[in-house]
Amino acid sequence: MTKIDKNAELYASPVTSSASPISYDSELCIGCNKCADACQVDVLVYSENKGEHPIVMYPGECYYCGACVMECPVKGAIKLRHPLMNQAKFIPVKK
Amino acid sequence: MSQYKWPYKNELGVQEHVQADVLVLGGGLAGCYAAIAAARKGKSVILVEKGATKRSGSAGTGFDHWESACTNPCSTVTPKEIAEAYIDEQDHYSNGIYQYITCREGWDRLVDMESFGGKIRDTEDEFKGAEFRDDETKLMFAYDYKSRYTLRVWGTTFKPALYNELKKLGVKIYDRTEATALLTSGEGKSKRGIGAIGMNVRTGRLIVFNAKATILTMSRPARVWLFNPDTVGLCEFRPTQSIGSGHAMGYRAGIEFTMMEKSVKGEFSAAGRSFPPYGAGNNHNTWYAASMVDARGVEIPYLDRDGNVLKSVSERYYPAKGQKFFLKGGVIDEAKYDYRGPETMPFDELMKRGYQLPFYADLSKMPEMERKVIWGMMVGQEGKTQVPIYQNYTERGFDPAKHILQSYGTGWQSAAFLEQERQLFGAPGGILEDWDLKTNIDGIYAAGDQLYASDCAGSACATGYYAGRKAADYTGTIDFGKIAEDDIMAEQNRLYHPLTVENGIDWRELNMGISKAMQNYCGGTKCKELLAEGLDLLESYETDVVPQIGCQNPHELMRTHEVMDILEVSKMILNACMMRESSSEPLHFIRTDYPEMDPESDRHFITIKQVDGKPVKGIVPHDYYGDVEKEYEKRNQDYIGGEL
Repeated sequence: MTKIDKNAELYASPVTSSASPISYDSELCIGCNKCADACQVDVLVYSENKGEHPIVMYPGECYYCGACVMECPVKGAIKLRHPLMNQAKFIPVKK
Repeated sequence: MSQYKWPYKNELGVQEHVQADVLVLGGGLAGCYAAIAAARKGKSVILVEKGATKRSGSAGTGFDHWESACTNPCSTVTPKEIAEAYIDEQDHYSNGIYQYITCREGWDRLVDMESFGGKIRDTEDEFKGAEFRDDETKLMFAYDYKSRYTLRVWGTTFKPALYNELKKLGVKIYDRTEATALLTSGEGKSKRGIGAIGMNVRTGRLIVFNAKATILTMSRPARVWLFNPDTVGLCEFRPTQSIGSGHAMGYRAGIEFTMMEKSVKGEFSAAGRSFPPYGAGNNHNTWYAASMVDARGVEIPYLDRDGNVLKSVSERYYPAKGQKFFLKGGVIDEAKYDYRGPETMPFDELMKRGYQLPFYADLSKMPEMERKVIWGMMVGQEGKTQVPIYQNYTERGFDPAKHILQSYGTGWQSAAFLEQERQLFGAPGGILEDWDLKTNIDGIYAAGDQLYASDCAGSACATGYYAGRKAADYTGTIDFGKIAEDDIMAEQNRLYHPLTVENGIDWRELNMGISKAMQNYCGGTKCKELLAEGLDLLESYETDVVPQIGCQNPHELMRTHEVMDILEVSKMILNACMMRESSSEPLHFIRTDYPEMDPESDRHFITIKQVDGKPVKGIVPHDYYGDVEKEYEKRNQDYIGGEL
């Protein structure tokens, strides 16, 4: 039987990625955690401090679906951005 | 490195036992519709979803067009015509049951969606007068404007609408819960599904689900050949967590699969080889039929199936003279002559004629309605487009009337994969089902992407609902099965083990090992010895590496379980590849030791299931499902008569 300590404190360390998909504006964010609740990949983890934005614990796992932004009640509080390599180029129409 | 206290409750070792008539595993489109169908029939229903149902699954943040809704009021084609066209187009490596249900019942599910609050019509008259719109019904069509069997829809509204409907019907939703194992009782022919085990991915609580019928709607395997530990979530097309756990647990339980030897050269992986889907210039799927120009700004011609140049934009949306309809969509690349629609001139011909790379999508050259419907409606309503493509590009200054968006490489996917970088895409293998969408095990059903040769969102909805209906009927014939305590303990030990390993191996290292092994041993060309070496290596990972994986919280435990499932599925794929002793064009399957392509003797489905821990091969004729219309009608008189 596997021994599991039910009373043990659990921890998480952010796993870094070359990409930074999600960023918050701390001034605008109200800490409602709707983004964390919408994220199907669960890359956002509630902050220990109530009212603060969630921690982007697993940025590399982000699927870039945009649900976090779509569910956010404050415009501009959360931003999603594809890494540089995925930003397709556009130019003015050729006459 | 900073360390945070895990903010969720520690419920490791806590067990919850629940019971319902119907258990649905997977809360994407198929799972939601399955649960709704069963609940409408008065059954108690539990829905288990690893993410959060409101926005989870491939269509969590939307989808833009619903294929094969042949019974919509504007359609000029019949379900039988389109289903049989797909079967023929796919050289009979096709799922006739799935295709016909999609064609026959898809429109009914759209009507349901509208009643739940989803948007399926241009109610604001934004596109009034457009060629692709029926002004009476306000329905809008894609691809083939004559036959009108594919609808443009506002898919960003769909998952929240389904979620509300589930709650209204009293479906008990277990979000943040990964399903990890199927529970069965009996052996041989008396074997049946009696529920499943799951784990809360935030708290670690174990949940034992006891059910009369179980429906698998857990998508298809991924991250088998393609893995990038830095940008895991960009490796594949479907969501990060949709990696085939349903296949893995099904295989462990003895469910029969088919076409698992089929894999295609990668099409989508925004972790390097390609761009975010719908985010680079192209003229397919969501972007059909965008105007394309070359580096000089010269427009690239569209041709009809006979090679005649089409002069107007409008002509790109109509069948050729004498052709009733054409096929376009998620699994159609270049259709056979009978079904081929308009397409841009082949790349080689363009090069011969002096066209220059790079190419661009140039929506400024299209009528305003066509431009607006591609950029703003389709790109915007399709999953993963509203925020990361439509909003972000707009913020960067992109204006489709003033800018052209670059294509990359030579294909429409804007991708450049190597032969060994493969994916389960384009109607891949999956569960073999009967006309009840039942697996080979009584009481276990499947729908959506978990079925073999599956593809689109509309099909997920249609087959999900159908499976829910059939599973609900089955529950009236049977009692709850008794779950063996030993089965629960064995699964609990398997699930929790990585938490007990100190300084263990990270799950990413194993995923990387598996995907490199699959590229090396199960790439573009295969042979018996190569496959056997691959299997030997993966088996050593199973015995030597899996016990050494360690992690520190329930989230990482979930990712670890996923890689254990990827390992299981990879072994199934290698075994399935060994079983087909010939090569096959429709299966994208090349054996150097059996180079003969599609010999008559091998033109059938090869199935694989596990019996006593060993893979067992089976053979099923291509058209085992019979005449799709007759067989459907034989079994669905109640539904045809107006029952839910």
